[in-house]
Amino acid sequence: MAKTITQEFTKGLWAEIPPFRLVLGLCPVLGVTTTMENGIGMGLATTFVLLCSNILVSALRNIIPPKVRIACFIIIIATFVIVVELVMQAYAYPLFLELGLFIPLIVVNCIVLGRAEAFASKNGLLPSIADGLGIGIGFTLSLAALGGVREVLGTGTFYGASVFGPSFQPFTFMIQAPGAFVCLGLMLCIMNLFE
Amino acid sequence: MSEMGYFSIIISTIFVNNILLAKFLGNCPFLGTSKKMETAVGMAMAVVFVLVMAGAITWVIYHLFLVPFDLVYLRTIAFILVIASLVQFVELFLKKSIPALYAGLGIFLPLITTNCAVLGACVINIDEELSFMKSLVASFGFAVGFGLALILFAGVRERILLARVPKPLQDTSIGLVTAGILSLTFFAFKGMV
Repeated sequence: MAKTITQEFTKGLWAEIPPFRLVLGLCPVLGVTTTMENGIGMGLATTFVLLCSNILVSALRNIIPPKVRIACFIIIIATFVIVVELVMQAYAYPLFLELGLFIPLIVVNCIVLGRAEAFASKNGLLPSIADGLGIGIGFTLSLAALGGVREVLGTGTFYGASVFGPSFQPFTFMIQAPGAFVCLGLMLCIMNLFE
Repeated sequence: MSEMGYFSIIISTIFVNNILLAKFLGNCPFLGTSKKMETAVGMAMAVVFVLVMAGAITWVIYHLFLVPFDLVYLRTIAFILVIASLVQFVELFLKKSIPALYAGLGIFLPLITTNCAVLGACVINIDEELSFMKSLVASFGFAVGFGLALILFAGVRERILLARVPKPLQDTSIGLVTAGILSLTFFAFKGMV
């Protein structure tokens, strides 16, 4: 194999960082990033599902018949999503309520299915673990960055702590629906500038 | 939403709670298929078709199977399987009986399985505890809202092709900013219902 395990891991952090480079899985990116905490929670939940489904898909890649592989991948992913849903309900209930609908929707997050199809089903166990972790951590970082920017501008707080003091007039546009699109678009533009 | 009349549900799901621009569901096909008007119309039609059927079937599955047998925690896996097989079934059925419509919808049908607007709308209907008829109406409204936003956006995007956009802003970036402005116009409906 041409690439080392480290390369598989680090490509998720910049070269193929979702959702900026791989424009996939935008719904949770836009929907939950009103605060940094939500962004990180969603990112970690997705990372867990991505890692577990990559491991299982890679381990079973010679057993799953190619014709029904997508259905098999979806079942594997859905199982881990239910695990995340139940664990969050038990141990992180406020975050579970905050993320709400977007937890079950990890099933149809294109990133998870995309990595299962494009990477884990063709590669061995170790590279798949590295790929899953790398993409997952990259996704968490993007969500945290977007959530951080929107939280600082929209409510004047950073991870719950006040930044600008009480006289700050919050720019509420940023934490509402239109702000999510504009903010992500501008961040993508800034990333393109660094190319 | 469960106490609203049918008309209010339609207005609410199309405009106020537009599934794309207010609830952020189904954004991947929104950005992916909106570069040309033709594909946007195809996708919009396919979503209306599948979402109404999925709304009806998931309601039946949830209330007749999952609730009586105390299997509510399996909701996610049950729904995605239902949607995936429904899409396959619809595809086969259309191919045999209405080839013209099948040719029109083309590649958009299989893509719908991973469209989170479909799964999302079904989950919203269940969470809001709507009756069967109301969840049908709500699914239809969500689907029409999706189609409306997608077609409007495709129209704007075709115009952007003619404009001179700064290099770093090109393609997805300008698309997202445009979607933000479109979302702002839908924001004006807030508080209407």
